[in-house]
Amino acid sequence: MTMVFVETDPAGEVTLTSAEAITFARKNPQLLPDGGAATSREVSGPPSGSTEGVVIGPLSDAAVESLGRLGVGVIHHLDHPDLAEYSAAAWAQAIVDVAPESGTLLASGTPRGMELMAHAAVRTGARMAANVIAADAEGLLRQVHGGTAFERLRLDGDLQVLTIAGHACTPEETTPITPEVYAYDLTVAEADLTTRVQRTEVEAADDASGLTSARAVVGAGRGVGSENGFAEVLELVDHLGGALGVSRVVTGLGWRPHAEQVGQTGSRISPDVYIACGISGAIQHMAGIEGAKTLVAINTDEESTMVQRADYAIIGDLHEVVGAVNEEIVRRRG
Amino acid sequence: MNILVCIKRVPDIAGSVTLDATGTGIDESGLGHTMSSHEECAVELAIQTAAQAGGTVTVLTLGPAEAVEQLRAAVAVGANDGILVEAADPSVFAPEDIAQVIGDVIRDRAEAGQTFDLVLTGDDAADTGDFQVGIRLAYDLGYPVLTNIQTISVGGAAGGGGERGSGRIEARGIGPVGTEIFSLDLPAVVAVHEGGVDPRYPSITGRMKAKKAQVVEYDAPVPGMGSPRLRLELPEVKASSVTILGEGPEAAPALVDVLEEIGVIRP
Ligand SMILES: Cc1cc2nc3c(=O)[nH]c(=O)nc-3n(C[C@H](O)[C@H](O)[C@H](O)COP(=O)(O)OP(=O)(O)OC[C@H]3O[C@@H](n4cnc5c(N)ncnc54)[C@H](O)[C@@H]3O)c2cc1C
Ligand SMILES: Nc1ncnc2c1ncn2[C@@H]1O[C@H](COP(=O)(O)O)[C@@H](O)[C@H]1O
Repeated sequence: MTMVFVETDPAGEVTLTSAEAITFARKNPQLLPDGGAATSREVSGPPSGSTEGVVIGPLSDAAVESLGRLGVGVIHHLDHPDLAEYSAAAWAQAIVDVAPESGTLLASGTPRGMELMAHAAVRTGARMAANVIAADAEGLLRQVHGGTAFERLRLDGDLQVLTIAGHACTPEETTPITPEVYAYDLTVAEADLTTRVQRTEVEAADDASGLTSARAVVGAGRGVGSENGFAEVLELVDHLGGALGVSRVVTGLGWRPHAEQVGQTGSRISPDVYIACGISGAIQHMAGIEGAKTLVAINTDEESTMVQRADYAIIGDLHEVVGAVNEEIVRRRG
Repeated sequence: MNILVCIKRVPDIAGSVTLDATGTGIDESGLGHTMSSHEECAVELAIQTAAQAGGTVTVLTLGPAEAVEQLRAAVAVGANDGILVEAADPSVFAPEDIAQVIGDVIRDRAEAGQTFDLVLTGDDAADTGDFQVGIRLAYDLGYPVLTNIQTISVGGAAGGGGERGSGRIEARGIGPVGTEIFSLDLPAVVAVHEGGVDPRYPSITGRMKAKKAQVVEYDAPVPGMGSPRLRLELPEVKASSVTILGEGPEAAPALVDVLEEIGVIRP
């Protein structure tokens, strides 16, 4: 049986990356070592071989419906006052309480997903593989070295724990089913609450969540030149109603906050269009933009990786080019 | 407050890589080496925290003999001493094995009179990206663990009784909707994510100190679990299919056409 930890956003909807992880689970039935039969304990009669989901905290009708459309037949709903504030240990134990004894437990490779799966792996004695991108009869394939190479591996044991690399899989809906929702009477151990979130400051991450869901992202790299060089790219962001994403050189120099960083150690994004301005295309940056549907490069160097990997490119100074793009947009608006 | 930072020697990769003869690793012959970027921030956080609370910073690595370079790089920016757990081929170790070996070394150091109140790791190593060693180590030691942490300060609101007695820290990290603030009693393990502090550059005196730094050496045992790796594969290199829209500002209308086509321009 394959069970997916499902993350929901503040509005109660299933996040994009969780939808990806569910689709991955559904499309890889070989992850079900017992051929897909439901083996879970208290659950009776779920559609055979269907994916099961775990949701912690409030479960909205919208989320139940979305999960049904993604092919989730059973939802384990874990709600408890002590789980209202996030604590990795307590949340992981709640997941472990309903996890199958054999099969696959997985989540998307977000900070939460990574942390919870690692805790769950230790608590169940399972092995874990992070950043998985494919599964077949031979085993698993996952990203290593920031995406420059893939590792083939096999995890032994009855239960395997995985995280799915962001945007390794496009979410796909299937014939909608009505999931069965199971609620539980949980007990949360005091010891698992010492690492509970005390408080959350929302401001900075608004940018970050806008970045991962924006349809258009304008990227800015070292080529911007200085802290004061962002006027044109920010105006373009505004014209597109999109978000700004930056390279690590930009955050490292303190020009922009880390929440805006895209790449291996920043956010992974999947916009309809990514416009990379003055970014060379280092492998660690590319790791964050693989999900972009159209890639545009604006760069002085035609030979740069970003230009070579792009769908469209303009060769030239980004301030001049982006400035002219802004003017053209304003002109066409009339 | 004595702090241990676990760092890993990794190849410094900028572009594409090739595989070694066995096909289970990348060819590192032409590559430089470094510690993972999250760990550079962990070292910086440790130095700042030890300065604030009073105490020492020790760096530990499980790696080949050459990994002493990464230990010395950390001493050059302000760590006090190092521990090298020598393993000729660290790639045969599973994250479970690495956590176990580090746990054993920490217990052995405690018997020798060297104890740590706080153990820092990176979230994930730049090469394997397993996201497990810090968490598995915490369970092995019986300590609480936080991950995705960007800054640490000493003290913070009292709570939880504090009976564990080694001090208290406040840690700030990345959550899905904002910065999350934690407060916890030591000893603990904290896995760091880059971006909260700027790693400093070594000073001349730092470099001098690094040459003479004390490094305690251990031999890593044969791994009990072993890496689950079968082999490495390289992504296929796609030929460029770029359409050059033009040069300079004259090309702007062509790009606006593309953006209109995609439908992302605000009306
Ligand atoms: C473990 C690890 C993790 C990392 N994680 C990340 C990550 O998450 N995200 C990330 O981005 N990087 C990451 N990096 C860093 C990465 O290797 C690169 O150093 C970084 O992406 C380069 O940023 P850049 O493209 O802005 O700068 P550069 O590589 O310096 O490129 C600048 C580009 O701007 C162009 N340019 C210059 N002037 C102009 C101009 N006036 N107009 C137009 N173009 C111009 C140049 O031709 C060049 O292509 C990581 C590195 C490591 C080792
Ligand atoms: N061989 C090693 N020696 C020392 N620390 C390590 C080693 N491997 C991993 N770590 C630490 O554990 C963190 C997470 O590693 P990983 O689970 O391999 O992604 C790294 O950022 C390091 O801080």
